[in-house]
Amino acid sequence: MRFRAKIVDLACLNHFSRIINTIARLAKTCILRLTVCKLYFILSDKAANGGASMWCELSQGNFFDEFQMEGVAAEHNEIYLELVPENLSRALKTAQSAKAVKIKLTNKHCPCLRVAVELPSLSSSSRIVTHDIPVGVIPRRMWNDFREPSVPDFDVSIYLPVLKTMKSVVERMKNLSNFIVIEANLSGEMNLKIETDLVSVTTHFKDLGNPPWASEDGCQSSPQGRDLESMAEACIDIKKLQQLLAGQQVNPTKALCNIVHKRIVHFILLHEEVSLQYFIPAIA
Amino acid sequence: LSLRAVNSSRSAFASFLFAPLFFQLYEPGSAGPDTELFRCKVHMKSFLGIFRSLPSLEKSVGKCLILLKPRASRLVLQLHCKYGVTKTHNLAFQECERLQAVFDTQRCASRLRAPARVLAEAVVHFPLTLAEVTLGTGPGGKISLRNYVEDEAEPSKTMVTELWLAEDEFQSVAVAPGSHITFCLKEFRGLLSFAEASNLPLTIHFDEPGRPVVFTLDDTVLEVHLVLATLSDLKSSSQSPSTNGVSHLPAPSDDFADDLESYMAAMETSEGGSGGPPSPTFPLRTPRPAESDPEEEEEEEGAVPGTPPHKK
Repeated sequence: MRFRAKIVDLACLNHFSRIINTIARLAKTCILRLTVCKLYFILSDKAANGGASMWCELSQGNFFDEFQMEGVAAEHNEIYLELVPENLSRALKTAQSAKAVKIKLTNKHCPCLRVAVELPSLSSSSRIVTHDIPVGVIPRRMWNDFREPSVPDFDVSIYLPVLKTMKSVVERMKNLSNFIVIEANLSGEMNLKIETDLVSVTTHFKDLGNPPWASEDGCQSSPQGRDLESMAEACIDIKKLQQLLAGQQVNPTKALCNIVHKRIVHFILLHEEVSLQYFIPAIA
Repeated sequence: LSLRAVNSSRSAFASFLFAPLFFQLYEPGSAGPDTELFRCKVHMKSFLGIFRSLPSLEKSVGKCLILLKPRASRLVLQLHCKYGVTKTHNLAFQECERLQAVFDTQRCASRLRAPARVLAEAVVHFPLTLAEVTLGTGPGGKISLRNYVEDEAEPSKTMVTELWLAEDEFQSVAVAPGSHITFCLKEFRGLLSFAEASNLPLTIHFDEPGRPVVFTLDDTVLEVHLVLATLSDLKSSSQSPSTNGVSHLPAPSDDFADDLESYMAAMETSEGGSGGPPSPTFPLRTPRPAESDPEEEEEEEGAVPGTPPHKK
């Protein structure tokens, strides 16, 4: 099992760092899955995460100048590692002016991802900073726990409002309540509501648009029979929503959410080189 | 004028010595050769409160006057600001005995000197919350900085960051091969930001683990010393951490306290307390309350050339 990769381009490095920062806000610990072409950051829906789960996928070719991976076996040419994304975020934080960043899987006292940052210096040789991030190797028998979640049988799918606006609304609401209700319909209308003993606040968004989902195999229950004005809603933990929005430093190409009435909200944020899916379950 | 402080666990001591030339005006008062050197202590918070916001001070304050009123037991700090505004602060002081750490940079086996900027760029890779850092020497004459991981922490869960600096980044390197010391990074950061702001090179004097590390800044009118306790090397460096969980070694924090008592002789009450216990490595020093002590010059590395002799 081997893994080595190198980033030389500063723009790629910054972009990669931003993605890691977003992941670090969403999960304290997560799984990094490495394949020949892609990297995945996975958080499975365990009770420890409050039931939230995440699937983030990026093509290695968009970031790395060199990328070599040898999985656990020829037929299973993948590596699954458990790590604390905050460590990776910290390691990359001070690499903003690096000449090169190399990442390598090593096993000295324990398995680690070694991030070696080569920094410019006035002396003849560069400064090297190494960060040994401890990782856990996930055995093959557990890989099934981390499969890509399927798109749920949603009641409403709607594009999100401008994330910056949504973020500032949610941040203010967070001061008043721990839970927020997201409701939306197939007429492009979405409401964010909080309700406490003292106050209730609702923010209305309209003309958001609903994404067209092609029902390929008919298993996807098509929303054709559904009343366009009827709202599907879910009450979720407001902190999780706030963390998701706070981590978005760049506007996504596409941002939408799928609501399963009173069950779960599925957020999909698509950027050019990375896609992020985040599931927040509804509070009973 | 000398400003000194020691922390509550006696693991850090700092001293700033200002020659008269540092000031626009320096009047030591009616001190004759027989008069005792005046020493007092003031509340840190009160003193710092006066200089709270450096940027606004730079903009509004023209002059700062420091005046001692012994009969009123007050240290007066007067800030002469723009538009004819004068802010006068009267701080209560307490007379005290001498506060002096026992150290001798001449006896340190290793010494490094670097521009403050290089060291500042080095510590930026470590989180602000990191307590201790290990400075070491490596192959090829390189100098390393690594975050110190306590024995209690699980090695399989802690991230280890290590930075390597080439010998030519330093202005001078005279180190014992294979040497290393572990000290408190938080306290060092304070001195480092001062050094960076004043653009002074920093010299690091160190010896074996357990012996204090001394950081010095030298200028024609200012001498700064920061003495920090270091972790004793109670286990060999080749031993892997926590084999079967049984530890025969005291926790690292105890080491700091133990080493400290040997090296710090400080008296804080105005009644002469006992001096520190005799140091096993350095000669016993009982601070004498009065006159010029020939040994004192040695600790302050001799009079800095170009400054008038210290008036005692």
